[in-house]
Amino acid sequence: MQVTREKQDRAESSPQTVAEAPFPTEKGRSAGQIAIEMTRKVAPDEARAVKARAENLSFFYASVQALKSVSIEIRDKQVTALIGPSGCGKSTFLRCFNRMHDLTPETRYAGRVMLYPDEIDLVSRKVDPIEVRMRIGMVFQKPNPFPKSIFENVAYGLRVRGMRAKVLVEEEVEKALRGAALWDEVKDRLNSSGLSLSGGQQQRLCIARALATNPEILLFDEPTSALDPIATARIEELISELRDKVTVIIVTHNMQQAARVSDYTAFMYLGELIEFDETSQLFTNPSKKATEDYITGRYG
Amino acid sequence: MNAAVISVPADSIRAGVSRRKILDRVFVMIGLCFLFGALLILVILFLDLVRDGSAKLTWDFLTSFPSRNAGRAGILSAWVGTSLIMLVTAAVAMPVGVAAAVYLEEYAPKNWMTAVIEINVTNLAGVPSIIYGLLALGLFVYQFNLGQSIAAAGLTLALLILPIVIVATREAVRAVPREIREAAYALGATRWEVTAHHVLPYSVGGILTGMIIGLSRAIGETAPLITIGALSFIAFLPESPFSSEFPFFSFAWLSEAFTAMPIQMFNWVSRPDPAFQVNAAAAGAILLGMTLLMNGIAIYVRYRYRKKINW
Repeated sequence: MQVTREKQDRAESSPQTVAEAPFPTEKGRSAGQIAIEMTRKVAPDEARAVKARAENLSFFYASVQALKSVSIEIRDKQVTALIGPSGCGKSTFLRCFNRMHDLTPETRYAGRVMLYPDEIDLVSRKVDPIEVRMRIGMVFQKPNPFPKSIFENVAYGLRVRGMRAKVLVEEEVEKALRGAALWDEVKDRLNSSGLSLSGGQQQRLCIARALATNPEILLFDEPTSALDPIATARIEELISELRDKVTVIIVTHNMQQAARVSDYTAFMYLGELIEFDETSQLFTNPSKKATEDYITGRYG
Repeated sequence: MNAAVISVPADSIRAGVSRRKILDRVFVMIGLCFLFGALLILVILFLDLVRDGSAKLTWDFLTSFPSRNAGRAGILSAWVGTSLIMLVTAAVAMPVGVAAAVYLEEYAPKNWMTAVIEINVTNLAGVPSIIYGLLALGLFVYQFNLGQSIAAAGLTLALLILPIVIVATREAVRAVPREIREAAYALGATRWEVTAHHVLPYSVGGILTGMIIGLSRAIGETAPLITIGALSFIAFLPESPFSSEFPFFSFAWLSEAFTAMPIQMFNWVSRPDPAFQVNAAAAGAILLGMTLLMNGIAIYVRYRYRKKINW
């Protein structure tokens, strides 16, 4: 049922952006271009609008290069999964989208991450990281609710955005908690501490907190690695549902998870993007040997 | 060789374990001895002061001015002076110390300059208090022309406890997990918002604890106050900080002469008349009581905030 709905969605969306999107043309075929060409394997009438595009994105911790010229297209209202062995740079890549690295001294970006439709470069020095984080939400590996009430946790992003009207805030908080499938469990105890919830509930609270700010892209950094299988299943179900509202990028250690929740999957290794394709394609018919070895469990 | 180790009979394993556990018990015994020894000395000191001063531990003692007559002498001007000085000290050391600590932890870039500042702040905690007294005499009393006033005394003691407040605040601030900061930043909060909405509220317990520990140190300081010229005989009270007329408070008391509990004690102890020794003991018991009360508050505050916030 899920699949047929998606197919309809895809058929309705226009195929224009992939072909027309701007791209730097220097130095022949860059790794980025190859990646873009790979995505074109998706039949044009099935492709959705591009929400963000990394173009030759490199990233450095002091003198250590953690990302090597990664180029990738993130489709609007789709789930894109980043997989790869530990230390392959998938979390580093994810954190470029909301400029989390700016909090660490001596880090440097090279290349671009364009956000569409307004074509701003998320990693440009001229773009304020605060503005970027206002538009792109994030859910972390370990549930990290504030030691405040459940209500205040969800309302915090709204307060930062200057929303003061009580009725409005309450409305948005409820909407976000419903969106994160947590409302029914907490509606009677909105004033108790966010820390009083179970691990899975805390993580859904963090999702609600991010959803309340109405982000254009929602980043998940291994959101279930600290959770038990039942809580994990609920989060996965939730991520699948979120695709209707928001573009999702998820880093995961778990290949089955990527296969279950994502529409597109990128396989990264040693800071490089090895392969990027539709999830079904990548898992059933990988074009690179390294990808095949990884998904069949030969390393990782 | 491995096989030999594995085949050790259970009896000799047990013997080995119980031999090693004896060490455990010995350490517990030594620890308890030292702990109770230290506590015992404090309790004996306190009880001794109370016994020696029992004759003077009355309400009159608290409400009388000092006098040449040991029997009529009290500590009214001393405890009022001490309280007002502590008020100034807290009002200055708290904002300055917390701001400095937050700057060092949250804002300052990590370079050699901040490293030098950090080392110096830690070292300042070990500077003898008389040095602060000399500094204050030159700076506050003469340079700033504050005279031998409550303001000068409060500022001196604030300077003295500043390193304590800074170190305690930095530790409290550092205890806020990075994940919490990241969560706030990821929602689009600015550095100031992260500090004001999250880091400071979550570290209030630790900050207040450091503050009160600093104040309990300051309350007993004698040397710097003598250096800047505390009086030991004052038979009047400074003007009240609160008034019945608008604006309901006044700062005239800041510039008035003062005496403080330890000064009063010092003065009495150095008198030949044994009746004054009783007064000194009674004042000492009260001063110790004030310190213990402040420490008790610190423990309670920490307990309450720990209970509320549990990472």
